Amino acid sequence: MSDITKKSLTEIVRLIKKKEIKSVELTQAFIKNINNDNKLNSFITNCSENALSKAENFDKRPELETLLPGIPIAVKDLFCTHGVKTTAGSKMLENFVPRYESTITNNLWNEGAFLLGKLNCDEYAMGSSNETSYFGNVMNPIAENTVPGGSSGGSASALAADLTPTTIGTDTGGSIRQPASFTGTVGLKPTYGLCSRWGIVAFASSLDQAGPMTKTVQDCALMLEAMAGFDKKDSTSINKKKENYSKNLTENIKGLKIGIPKEYRVEGMSQEIDNIWENGKKLLKDSGAEIIDISLPNTKYALPTYYIVAPAEASSNLARYDGVKYGFRSVKSDNLIEMYENTRSEGFGDEVKRRILIGTYVLSSGYYDAYYLKAQKVRQMIKNDFDQSFKKVDAILTPSTPSSAFKIGEKKDDPISMYLNDIFTVPVNLAGIPAISIPAGTDNNNYPLGLQLIGKPLDEQKLLNIAYAVEKKINFKQSLNKWWEN
Amino acid sequence: MSIDKDKIKHVSKLARISVDEKKIDGLTKDISSIIKFIEQLNELNTDKVEPLSSILNEPLRLRKDEINDGKIREKILENSPQKNEDFFVVPKVIE
Repeated sequence: MSDITKKSLTEIVRLIKKKEIKSVELTQAFIKNINNDNKLNSFITNCSENALSKAENFDKRPELETLLPGIPIAVKDLFCTHGVKTTAGSKMLENFVPRYESTITNNLWNEGAFLLGKLNCDEYAMGSSNETSYFGNVMNPIAENTVPGGSSGGSASALAADLTPTTIGTDTGGSIRQPASFTGTVGLKPTYGLCSRWGIVAFASSLDQAGPMTKTVQDCALMLEAMAGFDKKDSTSINKKKENYSKNLTENIKGLKIGIPKEYRVEGMSQEIDNIWENGKKLLKDSGAEIIDISLPNTKYALPTYYIVAPAEASSNLARYDGVKYGFRSVKSDNLIEMYENTRSEGFGDEVKRRILIGTYVLSSGYYDAYYLKAQKVRQMIKNDFDQSFKKVDAILTPSTPSSAFKIGEKKDDPISMYLNDIFTVPVNLAGIPAISIPAGTDNNNYPLGLQLIGKPLDEQKLLNIAYAVEKKINFKQSLNKWWEN
Repeated sequence: MSIDKDKIKHVSKLARISVDEKKIDGLTKDISSIIKFIEQLNELNTDKVEPLSSILNEPLRLRKDEINDGKIREKILENSPQKNEDFFVVPKVIE
């Protein structure tokens, strides 16, 4: 049989269901790839032993009527896993072992999957290149010393390098879609409230949302089906009926209206990105969709709004790391206040500290109205822009990122240039709506570029259908020479 | 509004993060540039806009105030940096 680890999740599930491959063989194949990797650094915790014993149990009594029968899955190290270290890429949680399981991972295990490992990410999901992780940089399998994007950088890298058949990430401002775009993979940020946040290490609670990262759109539909669902433990979880995204997937998108927002044509954007965007429009037209020019006038204010709202929420969420009940504690303190200050100073990395300080500043007495309240007003305006557009169109097509993957270290010293990576992805989080990034072509270096489709709240099915139609026409293929095995 | 070293020291006190004297100039520079960036919002007139309070279209649910777990003292203590029998230990608070 040809290399099983290169196949789509959908194909692997089919082979398991037809009993053409055993879960143990499948799991061993991925473990072999993980062990052969010497450079990517995409794993923080390797759970090979657990995975193999779960696979053996599965093969003894295969339960085939599930969505993910006998499938090993490595997940972003932001999801709490019972009895398995969960670090959030931080020294603060280096030795934290949750005594509970996040709802999302639990949903995957209930569908027959099991844990293969915990994947590297930017510290507390704050970063766009995976360079803020306490556990070191992750490399993008497309080229040595190139970033995989972030914050779900380990997830994207492991997926693209065939170290896991599928994975999950979280997306607060682009942390699923930007790394998907950088690695030539598919990533979906669902509607806020569709996937439970319970048991996910919190960054900015009104923006955080978990989602699937996969090799194909069909895989993405399957994973979303497994992940989504009402959870009474998350007060912002939406109570709605489960949908069969994979079964209802169709490439028939005739008559759908797709909006092209003129504000996404930003200064300095490369010709290559413009080309894939134009090509995306053409392919949608060929599929029978109608292209409509639209305007999202407040787009340029999304990033400044995000850098008030997200740090504000982070400063509040991360106040819990005080060295008392769990996590790192500094040893060189004489009194309680010093213990707090030293614990947080030594336990958090520079980017996390910077964001906590910004968040504390914008919420502090005398500044709240000028920054936080102002940002919440602009956030409403950004949401209104989308609401207005969705009266005219079914979905919106944009590039996923303003550039392809860059070199490690290239943008590390300038926070603003790093933040600009998320210029096309952030508005979606502010509005709480779903969006998917699919690979759409390459640049001069042969680095992948993604296209983003943005949909109405809870309209994931339509979004997946459009992505499916475009994916079929683009027929993106990536062949990597496994340099990381040397 | 500009931000200076004293302001950074004040905010770090509020956030309970001690800042190394050697790093404070760089931090002030970075945070100033970010503050300048977010102040682009001042170009916008928002007088007639209501601030967004929730992005969900439905109101938050209330739940019954019921006990649904408990007897997990040991589990909780397992992750504590320092404990003594059933207590979390912290540096002395009262002299």
